[in-house]
Amino acid sequence: MTAVQATGIGKVFNEGTPRRVDALVGVDLTIREGEFVSLIGPSGCGKSTLLRIVASLLPPTTGEVTVNGKSAEQARRDQDYGMAFQQAGLFDWRTVARNIELPLELKGWDRERRRARATEMLELVKLPEFAELHPWQLSGGMQQRIAIARALAANPRLLLMDEPFGALDEMTREYMQGELLRICAETGTTVLFVTHSIPEAVYLSDRVVVMSPRPGRITSIVDVPLGRSRSEETRNDPSFFAGITAVRESLRGLHAEHANAHPGLEDR
Amino acid sequence: MAVRPRDLAAPAAFGLAFAALWEGAVAAFDLKPYFLVPPSSIVAQFADNLGLIWDAASVSGLNAAVGLLAGTVLGGAMSFALSRWRFLGELATPLAVALNAIPIFVLVAVLNNMYSITSEVPRRIMVTLVVYFIVLVNVARGLTQVRPAHVELMRSYAASDSAILRKVRIPNAVPYLFTALTIAAPASVITAFVSEYFGGSQNGLGSRITSNIANSKNAAAWAYVLAACLLGLLFFLISVVLESAASKRGGAVSTGK
Repeated sequence: MTAVQATGIGKVFNEGTPRRVDALVGVDLTIREGEFVSLIGPSGCGKSTLLRIVASLLPPTTGEVTVNGKSAEQARRDQDYGMAFQQAGLFDWRTVARNIELPLELKGWDRERRRARATEMLELVKLPEFAELHPWQLSGGMQQRIAIARALAANPRLLLMDEPFGALDEMTREYMQGELLRICAETGTTVLFVTHSIPEAVYLSDRVVVMSPRPGRITSIVDVPLGRSRSEETRNDPSFFAGITAVRESLRGLHAEHANAHPGLEDR
Repeated sequence: MAVRPRDLAAPAAFGLAFAALWEGAVAAFDLKPYFLVPPSSIVAQFADNLGLIWDAASVSGLNAAVGLLAGTVLGGAMSFALSRWRFLGELATPLAVALNAIPIFVLVAVLNNMYSITSEVPRRIMVTLVVYFIVLVNVARGLTQVRPAHVELMRSYAASDSAILRKVRIPNAVPYLFTALTIAAPASVITAFVSEYFGGSQNGLGSRITSNIANSKNAAAWAYVLAACLLGLLFFLISVVLESAASKRGGAVSTGK
């Protein structure tokens, strides 16, 4: 079963102006149900743009996306996916529980059912005692766990994440990665994950999609043969290092190729 | 915003010391009452004329309160319209910001001309206008300057514009409204006093100050000034209490991250 099918995706910003940018060109990507796929690449490679096109927050200029066999637009209307960003994006005027309830309110669930689901989600992210606190009373890592709980509250089969751990310190980040894998294993959620971090991409993913900029495109897809049950020991596993090396080389390859193609334009 | 008695002790002592210095200066330099009256006779006048002062304060206070309420309601309503129809906002917002920065209360002279000489309406309209622009500018900002991540999140839930308004824009604007009220409440009292200087019935605190000065009753004039200060303070306190009540209800005011 296919969770996400992207075919021939192209995205042009500022078309018809001198500031025209080819953000994405000819992107094909298939994500199977239950798979964890990361998008990695330098700034401007279009990874966040691709995520937003899958989310139907941006229309593609060319090509089409299906999510769970429907158009991306329809999938968004049906709340088929949950989303989490680098900023937790919680609402300060709502309690933690009511933040998690927000997507359920929009789905029209009644209060009791919402509250029960929020309690369930707080247990999933291991913060059950924080229901009545406000987001600003929580640490950055806790806020991000609440954001994940919110993204999963409506029980979506797909989770779209844009550098969700980018603002966290290294210790919290590794803990959150472990938590995310546990949650995904428990819920069977498919994940499309944007990151800058090579170890993060390798540790989490079944496949790492390496992208390059100007124009944004997929240059290679690295399979990570670590299996599904990963733990802190996985970080010492030779296959983990092999995965990191493979992703790094394919990023470096495009770096060298890119530098040769556009000498002197590297830092533009 | 919790005020402890200890926080009040120092300013209170300073105020009393200042009054004592004033009293002492009037006695030491033998200052004449037409130049400067001592605090003791101001307080005595205040006590003697309590009934009259209360009546005058009621007139000015009611003008300020009516204008504050009307201006808040109208300014709030208009800011919704401006955020709903973006082109309207682009037209009106720079104008509102400009008007907010100039002393528009001088318009009361023109308004006085439009109504009968004994009418309180022009004064109330003037207060309404001053409050209206303060509320409009701030609330419109609160409704439009929401975090892009929040709007994107709501769009990912396929939320309608009205749901985004109810669940993101309005809650975001609440602290802005209270900021506006802490500015508008003292401004409404000031406008109510100043509008009385432009003619009309001689019934409010502002006009009583001028009429007592005109009759060389300087101590009485100062007593009305004292009452005006107290009324202004009352309005400020009301807005502070409202603000702290609102921030307790809704958690902290947005951290602005």
